[in-house]
Amino acid sequence: MTTSTSMRLSPEGILELLNEVQDPEIPVISVVELGVVRKVEIEADQIIVTMTPTYSGCPAMRVMEQDVVAKLLEHGMTNVRIQTVLSPPWTTDWLSDEAREKLRKYGIAPPGKVPKAHLDPFRKKSEIVACPLCESTDTKLTSEFGSTACKAFYHCNACSQPFEQFKCI
Amino acid sequence: MGSAKQHDNDLFEYLLRLGDDRLILGHRLSEWCGHGPMLEEDIALSNIALDNVGQAISLLQLAGEIEGKGRSEDDLAYFRETIDYRNLMLLEQPNGDFAHTLVRQFFFDVYSYYTYLALEKSLHEGLGAIAVKSLREATYHLRHSREWILRLGDGTEESHRRTQVAVNHLWPFTGEMFEADEIDERLTAQGIAADLKKIQLDWRKVVNETLAEATLEKPEDRFLPGGSRQGKHTEHLGFILSEMQILPRSYPDAGW
Repeated sequence: MTTSTSMRLSPEGILELLNEVQDPEIPVISVVELGVVRKVEIEADQIIVTMTPTYSGCPAMRVMEQDVVAKLLEHGMTNVRIQTVLSPPWTTDWLSDEAREKLRKYGIAPPGKVPKAHLDPFRKKSEIVACPLCESTDTKLTSEFGSTACKAFYHCNACSQPFEQFKCI
Repeated sequence: MGSAKQHDNDLFEYLLRLGDDRLILGHRLSEWCGHGPMLEEDIALSNIALDNVGQAISLLQLAGEIEGKGRSEDDLAYFRETIDYRNLMLLEQPNGDFAHTLVRQFFFDVYSYYTYLALEKSLHEGLGAIAVKSLREATYHLRHSREWILRLGDGTEESHRRTQVAVNHLWPFTGEMFEADEIDERLTAQGIAADLKKIQLDWRKVVNETLAEATLEKPEDRFLPGGSRQGKHTEHLGFILSEMQILPRSYPDAGW
């Protein structure tokens, strides 16, 4: 194990390894694709993983941190420190096209690019969201708060199915 | 005056005010979990509770660091008495019916939104970072509660009546939101805290316009005595704390 560990000990190699750690609530995208893992550094013998929360109160954050530590431990890396940063704030604009496509296939409508009006509490949301099941854009927002902090509830008028959207923030 | 020690103490107190507001409101909102009038609102209120508690964690963590006595956010949340709490009395008021909860929420959401909008430019880097992050969440919260005030106020006869009762009942608690003391004044002058006078103007404008649009009457400005920022509270806070703190106080150092 020691040889394979030292082979992996570049920050890029570790990041690649962490790309295997899935979001516990949406197990089709990784914590790296989600943008929660911001950076990996090595100082002396310590691996420092910088993470940022999606939402301030996301209960999955602790699990993600534990999963990151566990993944590195699995590969013999015991000296790991998680560092939390809030700035710059997490945004869904960091999700790659590939990650968005994975969400859609999983049944969650991916977020659009964050429009300016979105950050205005006095304007109604006018975003067009396509149903991930039938692709119709004849959909209706049911609630801006879904089963997790990062999702909203929608209803598809075409196929009459409820679905969730990974909301823009 | 102006010593580093006083500055740290001011900042510690200010962060407690911001953190305690969100911790106590978050706790109140969590009481709706499993009791919402409909599934979507049950989930929405629980989500908003989580955001508020999450923001409180960041704010109290920073407060503990600035105090420099080794207190964590958990120590501050679980091992302080009512007299040490700095949250607004509005936020410790019982949930009442759905209209009461949403009116309380709306009054706070407007306040919180403009507070974060100002704190985004705070010269304190750590506080500024929390504000930038939290503002996005506060935007969602305000859109949610404001739309409910419009729908409930301009809804059925019953929803209008209940919402007006809630507005009348909670209005007297809103006066102390804008009472600035020396700590606010010093930190505002230093570009660290949000200017309460400016927030009051924005708050009044949004609240007045929303109440009018919702066909609700704005009550007369008769306010209850304040003092929560100095540790004065209504009887309700003690009950919240006894429930919130019992586990860590009964089993100190208990972990998951």
